[in-house]
Amino acid sequence: MSTIFLAVIIGASFGAVLDRVGATSPNYIGKMLNLTNLHLAKAILLAIGVGSVLMFGGQMAGLVDVGHMSVKTAYMGVFLGGLMLGVGWAASGYCPGTGLAAAASGRRDALVYAAGGLLGAAAYMLTYPMWKTAGLLTGKALTLGAVPGAEYDALVPGVSGDLAGILVGVALIVTAYVLPDRIISSPTTAPAE
Amino acid sequence: MILNWKLGGLALGLVFFAAVLLVKPIGVSTQFVILDGILWNAVNPEVVTQTTDGAYTSTNAYLAKSGGKYAKSIANPLNYSFVFVLAMMLGAFASSWLRNGVPASEKLMPAIWRNNYGDSTAKRFAIAFASGFVVLYGARLAGGCTSGHMMSGMMQTAISGYIFAAGAFAAAVPTAVLMFTKEA
Repeated sequence: MSTIFLAVIIGASFGAVLDRVGATSPNYIGKMLNLTNLHLAKAILLAIGVGSVLMFGGQMAGLVDVGHMSVKTAYMGVFLGGLMLGVGWAASGYCPGTGLAAAASGRRDALVYAAGGLLGAAAYMLTYPMWKTAGLLTGKALTLGAVPGAEYDALVPGVSGDLAGILVGVALIVTAYVLPDRIISSPTTAPAE
Repeated sequence: MILNWKLGGLALGLVFFAAVLLVKPIGVSTQFVILDGILWNAVNPEVVTQTTDGAYTSTNAYLAKSGGKYAKSIANPLNYSFVFVLAMMLGAFASSWLRNGVPASEKLMPAIWRNNYGDSTAKRFAIAFASGFVVLYGARLAGGCTSGHMMSGMMQTAISGYIFAAGAFAAAVPTAVLMFTKEA
């Protein structure tokens, strides 16, 4: 039961913070992806960096259970699926988590998005054997360096996975600070008719 | 009402850390499959079955994979990951309610969409539905979404997380730059 209690606390915090950081608004997502307002990109980079430094630092200090790590397998379908997700993410302004959170926050188009998502997930359930047969789902779960106590292989063996994680985390935090507020400087005018 | 990126990013990072400290990294998109499975199994109870040794399996190869872990979650919806997503929605609802909700002009479509494509609800809903479809299809093919791969994956220096982020942004940035030429 205590894990259910944690699910409620951590889940509710995640949803509330997503909303407060602007991630439930397709306006912020759209302006991040068309490079006119990088507020959300900075927030996400900072968040990943902070999470990384705390997690790997905690693991080095023995305060965080390495067994809680959950590294996914890297395979061809990860990139292809990422491309597909990217198109729909940009067109709608919603990813799976923020779409559900936005629907809960009162956005009706997000509810429609979630319905499409249920159908898309069902379509994948039915076509999964095809991808598996094509060999696009096989790969390895890798981390950058070797993380002590974790069973994952390292991309660069011999490198401390904990130190690598802290360094990458710091790099992400620095990136969040140095990233400009916008990359495309002025709204491009619509093409002439 | 929207937190600045430093405060918002710090808060989000602390939530990521709390999740991996206490339970496991955050992820969302699997739960679309679990809800599909719950609905499917409600219509046809033969979809998810329990074998004599107590393990769960399914007539669907995807739900039966990895020792039937999806089948097990479908049979027991009161599990951490599913409740996590429900709670996420509750948290977003509460946060939105406390800031007086989504403005009326934003309820059917966001300003960025209206400024580029006009007022048609049908058009916006059609794109939203199609987007949901490709996003979740893609997320399941990739084995995770923005939460599981990009946020949790990159936090753990998972190579799969970097590959996913590269693919997602390689498609998302050109799409958004081409589709949304007028700002919100």
